[in-house]
Amino acid sequence: MEATIEVSGLRKRFGSTLALDGMSFTVDPGQVTGFVGPNGAGKSTTMRVILGLDSAEAGSALIGGQPYASLRHPLSHVGSLLDAGALQPSRSARNHLLWLAHSQGLGASRVDEVIEQAGLGSAIRRKAGGYSLGMRQRLGIAAALLGDPPVLMLDEPFNGLDPEGIVWIKGFLGSLAAQGRAVLVSSHLMSELQDTADHLVVVGRGHVIADTSVADLIATASSGRVTLRTTARSEAMAVLAHSGAVIATTDRDTLTISGLAAEKIVALLGESGVPFSEVSAHRATLEEAYMELTKDAVEFRAAASVQGGTEEAAR
Amino acid sequence: MTADTVTPYQPDQQTGRDGFGQLLRAEWTKFRTVRGWVIGAVVAVLVMAGLGLFVGGASSSSCQSATGASGAPARSGNACGGTVNPVGPGGEPVTDSFYFVRQPLAGNGSITVRITSLTGLLPSSNPAAQGPIDTRPGLVPWAKAGLIVKDGTTPGSAYAAIMVTSDHGVRMQDDYTSDIAGRAGTVSPASPRWLRLTRSGDTITGYDSADGTHWSQVGTVHLAGLPSTVQAGMFAASPAWQQITQNFGGGENGMVAPSQDTAVFDQLSRSGAWPAGAWTGDYIDADGGSGIGGFHQASGRFTVTGSGDIAPVVPGQAGDTGTTVTQDLIGTFAGLIAVIVVATMFITAEYRRGLIRVTLTASPRRGRVLAAKAIVIGSVAFVAGLVAAAAAVIFAAQLAHTRGSYIFPVPWPTELRMVVGTAALIAVTAVLAVALGTVLRRSAAAVTLVIVVIVLPYILGAASVLPIGASDWLLRITPAAAFAVQQATPQYQQVTAIYSPNSGFFPLAPWAGFAVLCGYAALALGLAVVLLRRRDA
Repeated sequence: MEATIEVSGLRKRFGSTLALDGMSFTVDPGQVTGFVGPNGAGKSTTMRVILGLDSAEAGSALIGGQPYASLRHPLSHVGSLLDAGALQPSRSARNHLLWLAHSQGLGASRVDEVIEQAGLGSAIRRKAGGYSLGMRQRLGIAAALLGDPPVLMLDEPFNGLDPEGIVWIKGFLGSLAAQGRAVLVSSHLMSELQDTADHLVVVGRGHVIADTSVADLIATASSGRVTLRTTARSEAMAVLAHSGAVIATTDRDTLTISGLAAEKIVALLGESGVPFSEVSAHRATLEEAYMELTKDAVEFRAAASVQGGTEEAAR
Repeated sequence: MTADTVTPYQPDQQTGRDGFGQLLRAEWTKFRTVRGWVIGAVVAVLVMAGLGLFVGGASSSSCQSATGASGAPARSGNACGGTVNPVGPGGEPVTDSFYFVRQPLAGNGSITVRITSLTGLLPSSNPAAQGPIDTRPGLVPWAKAGLIVKDGTTPGSAYAAIMVTSDHGVRMQDDYTSDIAGRAGTVSPASPRWLRLTRSGDTITGYDSADGTHWSQVGTVHLAGLPSTVQAGMFAASPAWQQITQNFGGGENGMVAPSQDTAVFDQLSRSGAWPAGAWTGDYIDADGGSGIGGFHQASGRFTVTGSGDIAPVVPGQAGDTGTTVTQDLIGTFAGLIAVIVVATMFITAEYRRGLIRVTLTASPRRGRVLAAKAIVIGSVAFVAGLVAAAAAVIFAAQLAHTRGSYIFPVPWPTELRMVVGTAALIAVTAVLAVALGTVLRRSAAAVTLVIVVIVLPYILGAASVLPIGASDWLLRITPAAAFAVQQATPQYQQVTAIYSPNSGFFPLAPWAGFAVLCGYAALALGLAVVLLRRRDA
């Protein structure tokens, strides 16, 4: 079986809200794919549809080419963590894993292996109801690993983890991907995915805004912006505006210029004898790139209703 | 893209089949690992068995004190004072008290007679008053007189009889429980009845006729193991007169007093090996002949007077104070409540925590998940019910034995049906609870609904809070109909008693009532499967 998730044209409505509006993307093996978007963008709904928990009105979601409902021993195809709180509080954490293992024809020895992997340790015999959110996330990850699946899908696994836990999970997800697994991790905070994800699927309003590698996304967001630091702000603005640049003042002595390359700016300022202390091509953070993207999506949605544009244009 | 260069992960894929057994095992693991649920099942067993013993014990002691107060010899239907009903060939408790005018019949033969009159005496309006009982002419509906062939004079022994009755025409009865209707109408000198009984081996055949010429066969019965020589002749019996008042607020008041009847026989003819000597008349009774009776013979004419009855004893007859196995199982409703709570939580707890999504992710075929849940909780409930019911019946019997109190004996297949049926009732109710829990997805709503549809109608019906008619309907159309599996004694048309749910009689036959519950459970389960498949989890 191919270790992929293929989502194509999912559409789903909750009452009057269009939760999924043509959601399409593919998750490839061997990398961590970040699934990111603001709250309400349709990330959790997409994951529920992939797992066959919710039905979509249109479109398809396939695991290695098969719909989830047709999988036998599904946990050995996909490991998932949707909600770390989905536990019977009075059942011990170990027994929670045990019944899941039994449902897949697995035994207690496999349970002990994933307990080790998730670093749950001796707390495993305590009632799950007494677990902190961080411990529940680890328990959920242990459950996702039970079937040793080639595909993993985790919804907001960073929630409730302490800094040490976040470092652990980032490394852990990376090592799972390095084994050739396809790993899809959702978050509403790009910063959590910053140095974890190799690939990003950015969503907003039920569809994909960007489906790109992290490097490409940053390059796109950074393109054509230059930061200029100068004490002669007004002179610099006059010279550059004359050459067709779009200029924004960021600070008392800082300008952000787009429409002109850095070399051209240095040349122009030199010719005109305008002093400057620094010219730097701007490199956006992933967070900035993300904010930019999702903001655009919101603006586009507002404009689209007037102009009758299609969502394809937004991509 | 890096994906081109990586080798997709190749785990050791499981090759085993995803059998239903794994699903059952997973659901069983779920059940046994929540301590509250296991405790709930144990509590169900304890309250069910405990309440049965408590109620059974309480009614036994009240019986003993009543005996001590009256001090009078009890009639055979009364369980107190050491008098125990004889047991008929089928294992059921019986009344076998009548006046018998008899001779031994060796081998095969027949006896024919004409009855020209059946009259009697009833107690006058207030038999509860002190002093001798005043009487007035009249007959109870099942006053009876006719011909009988009997194994011997031991109470409870096998017999077959053909008789005229006050209100029910000619009947052929045998071995206490069987009753076959013959020619209708009442007997009078103007409209006499001819009766004939023939014995051929184990086979007894009864005939009736209006004129002694044209005969019709009423019935043929087989009395297994009938000895070569039997006691045969004429008899008269008249069941106790009863007046029963239903109180609307619950319960009933009963008055009971002996009645008697007198029949006139003539035209006696016989075939076979009868002795030449005189007829013997005696009162057959477990108490040793304490009943009313006698006979007078003059010029081929026998006038026989008798009282008592040859019939099964059922709970709910006026004056009856014995307990039944049904009462031992009175705790069923309490155990049922505990089981309903546990069974409902078994599914609704998953909805409450979102655990249902984990369950359905592990097993995407939703119908099978529900089936596995129903089987697991149904089996747990069945075992709990079986243990509790068996314990209640066994310990109550021991308690009664220790105290010398009386429990209506029931044949062992009946007792087995009651115990297994009670376990099945609890199991199917648990399935109903799981199904409704799936439909409603809320613990409180589902628990309330199940209790309202099964426990409440049972309590309303069995506690005689309602008039008998309303109780009967509740116990016919609600899932509580399944409590019919706890009926210890069948209803006999030839025995006058209060056949109310309060006395352990249900309007439907045991398995028919159980089928009503199964119907509801199947409907609820079907609805639950449809909704579970259709709804987003």
